[in-house]
Amino acid sequence: MALDLLHVRPGLELPRRTVHVDWERLVAYAEASGDHNPIHQDEEFAHSVGLPDVIAHGMWTMGAAVVLVADWAGDPTAVVSYGTRFVNPVVVPATGGADVEVSGVVTKVDEETGRVTVELSVTCDGTKVLGRAVAVVQAPVPVP
Amino acid sequence: MAVNAEFEGRSYPPTDPYAVPAERISAFATAVGADDPVHHDESAARSAGHAGVVAPPTFAVVVAQQCDAQLVSDPEAGVDFTRVVHGEQTFTHHRPIVAGDEIVGVLHVDKVRQAGGHAMVTTRSELSTASGDPVCTASSTIVVRGEQ
Repeated sequence: MALDLLHVRPGLELPRRTVHVDWERLVAYAEASGDHNPIHQDEEFAHSVGLPDVIAHGMWTMGAAVVLVADWAGDPTAVVSYGTRFVNPVVVPATGGADVEVSGVVTKVDEETGRVTVELSVTCDGTKVLGRAVAVVQAPVPVP
Repeated sequence: MAVNAEFEGRSYPPTDPYAVPAERISAFATAVGADDPVHHDESAARSAGHAGVVAPPTFAVVVAQQCDAQLVSDPEAGVDFTRVVHGEQTFTHHRPIVAGDEIVGVLHVDKVRQAGGHAMVTTRSELSTASGDPVCTASSTIVVRGEQ
C-alpha cells in the first residue's frame, strides 16, 4: 500500500527492526553484488589487515537498512534518493553472526512535491555504523 | 604511491552495456533481506506496473562499481586497492532499474583531496539506458589510507 501523506508528519517513527547477518549472508551478498573483497569473507585476511574479524560490506549494511524505508513506503521504487557515510564496520564473528538494529524517523515532509525525508539510525552492538543515513521517499501527492 | 591529483575532473568512456538479469536482482534482494515480491516475482512486478522485477535501492552499485574499477585499475591514478576504505555513498534514482534493462555507466572523478596523510576520492557514475535515458546517479567517496 502506498504512503498516505495525510498521516505522515515530521517526528513520525518507522517500525524498527533487527537484521541478522552471518558469513553465509556475506558470501551471498558478495556473489550478488560482485564485491569479492576478502575482508568480507576471509577471517585470516581480515586479521592480517588489523580487523578483529570479517566485516560486512558497507554496501550490505546500507542496502539492508533501507529495506525498512522501502517496506514502510510499500514500494521500493518510491525511494528516490539515499545516501550515507560509513562510520564504523559491522564485525561479523564466525559463530553467531551479528545483529544490525535499524530505526528511522521522518524529518521532513514536502506536501507540494510529496517527498518525505527519513533519517535512519543504524547500529550494531550499540555502535553507530552508518552516519547521516538519509532516504527520500516519493509519496503520491493527494488530489485537493 | 599517492593518488594522482591530476585525475580530478577526468571522465572515462561509457562502460559496456550491462543487461540486468532477474536472477541477479532477486539474489541481491535476498542478500540484503528485501523480500518484497516485486524483487522476486515477475507477475508481482508487472501488477505493480513494471516491465520486470525491480532492483532494490542500492542495486545500482553493481554497475557503479564496474565504473569505479576503471579508476582503481588505472595504474596512472595511483589508487592502492588494498588501502581503500569506503567512506560515503549516495544514489539518486531517475527511474527504477528493472530486469532486462541494459545499463551503461560513465565515470567522473569529481574530487581528489589529501587529508591527514590519506587521500579522499569522490567519483560519480552516471548510469543510463543504452539509448541514453538517465537511470541513476551514484556517487562514492573512497578513502585511500596513507602508508604508515
